[in-house]
Amino acid sequence: MSDAGADAGDGPLVDLSNVTFGYTATPVIEDVTLRIDPGEYVAIVGPNGSGKSTLMHLLLGLQRPDSGTARLFGESAHAFDDGARIGYVAQHASASKEMPITVREVVRMGRYPRVGFGRLGAADREAVERALETVGMAAFGDRRITHLSGGQRQRAFIARALAGEADLLVLDEPTVGVDAESVDAFYDLLESLNGAGITILLIEHDLRAVTDHADRVVCLNRRVHFDGPTDEFVGSDALARAFGTAIGLRGETA
Amino acid sequence: MEAVALQAGGLLDPLYWVLELWYGVMEGVYRVTGLEMLHPDFRFMYRAILMGLCIGIMAPLIGTFLVHRQLALIGDALAHTAFAGVAVGLFLNAVLDFGVSPYLTAVVVAVIAALFIELISEATDAYNDVSMAIVLSTGFALGSTLISINAGGLAVGINQYLFGNLSTVSPSNAVLLLALFLVIVGTVAVTRNQLLYVTFDETAAAVAGISVAWYNRIVVMLTAMVVVGAMQIMGVILVAAMLVVPVAGATQVSRSFSESILVSVVLAELAVVFGIGFAYYGGATGGPVIVLVAVAIYVATVFVGKLQSAMGEDVVQEVDRIDAEELGGD
Repeated sequence: MSDAGADAGDGPLVDLSNVTFGYTATPVIEDVTLRIDPGEYVAIVGPNGSGKSTLMHLLLGLQRPDSGTARLFGESAHAFDDGARIGYVAQHASASKEMPITVREVVRMGRYPRVGFGRLGAADREAVERALETVGMAAFGDRRITHLSGGQRQRAFIARALAGEADLLVLDEPTVGVDAESVDAFYDLLESLNGAGITILLIEHDLRAVTDHADRVVCLNRRVHFDGPTDEFVGSDALARAFGTAIGLRGETA
Repeated sequence: MEAVALQAGGLLDPLYWVLELWYGVMEGVYRVTGLEMLHPDFRFMYRAILMGLCIGIMAPLIGTFLVHRQLALIGDALAHTAFAGVAVGLFLNAVLDFGVSPYLTAVVVAVIAALFIELISEATDAYNDVSMAIVLSTGFALGSTLISINAGGLAVGINQYLFGNLSTVSPSNAVLLLALFLVIVGTVAVTRNQLLYVTFDETAAAVAGISVAWYNRIVVMLTAMVVVGAMQIMGVILVAAMLVVPVAGATQVSRSFSESILVSVVLAELAVVFGIGFAYYGGATGGPVIVLVAVAIYVATVFVGKLQSAMGEDVVQEVDRIDAEELGGD
């Protein structure tokens, strides 16, 4: 992660321009333009069904835009395949529910894009142990992941994303199901990762977390309703426009 | 039939040499143990045991990647299309005087069917049991039809394909299985990282730059090969059991993925060795006995698994704090 800063001069990591996409004729994402530069800490917020996860799939190249272009690290997002540059934490562990696999085996997957068909070397194993320690799961390395609580499991997935030592971390509501105390520590961790030069893209419905931590907020509901510094977002009425009702930042209706 | 079965010829010569080596090993075991079923007059038993041992490795190896994606049924579907492939081979031999091994046509038909199932699932975004059931029935109906058309000459040997047979494994079929075995184990050895990632977490694997569609195609094609390889002993109807039952047993008692693969292979080998032994001395058909032993082992692992979790319950570990400071340093 120490060479992440070297990319600062290269273009944006994420570059969507005029992207429209729909699973059916009705677009879920409409005319979205979004540019994320190296070193940023960006949060995407929006109500349920606002297209947050779809937008994430588009910018990661898991879906192709119906119109407009999606570029990732300067390449067409769909064709981009240098997985080592992206760390990804999903909303709910989409993973198999019954599979016997240990926490350490899951975290090791974070190194797979770097080793390809080869074996994990000493440096890879070190990165895995470091990631386990960082999320406080060192003692759980040999535990079967299906036997852990939701919060512990999510920590393991975060460790997997960290183990890859990526330039860009993409997190889709990573703290769902995580206990309150760990959530604070988790956001501190993201902040220090960002301080170390890693670009963070956070998709969140917890608005307090977003306003406390992110530098830049993108408010989405099919279209981008706000894109700017967090301070301006707090003072704006973007949220009300995006959510369609008057909603305070703490989530209560006004 | 065997003489012209494998046109690949020279390529497989080293495998015939492996087979000869195996005969020597088995004769050695006979001299040490004096087991009647290993008498040098019963070379077919040597071949059956070798094939059984290969099945015990490759079936749970591939089965592990199927079971954990809820694809246990796919083995069954492919076995029935492989049956159609066998019928095609027998048909060509009878009608056109081809002299091709029915197992070779079975590999071709099953691999094509595997790709077909995979492409359907890619187009519809889901593996669904309806399309699987359709492929299964189509394969079996096609096979039965082809066989009934030629009822005169063909109905004779069909039981051996349906239920498997320990005593009809010819040297050329044993070599075909060895070749399939090498392809399967070699492919898994090379692509194990990718297969594991795709099996465990498809979305994250895609983000990590792994071509999920290609690895899915590889898994189903390998499944088709396992099914055909194992069919000679296990039979069409029961072959899928070796893909599923040992893996289900290993899932009960294993903690890690690598451990689960190892355990599933051990369980499958136990089923094969004891199954062949029981079948020989009991005068029963091999495949069904192997499956019964495998299921008995599975039941045992369920109890062992329950015991394990009951005894491990009191070990409670505390999670550490998420350590942000440590990271900020560099």
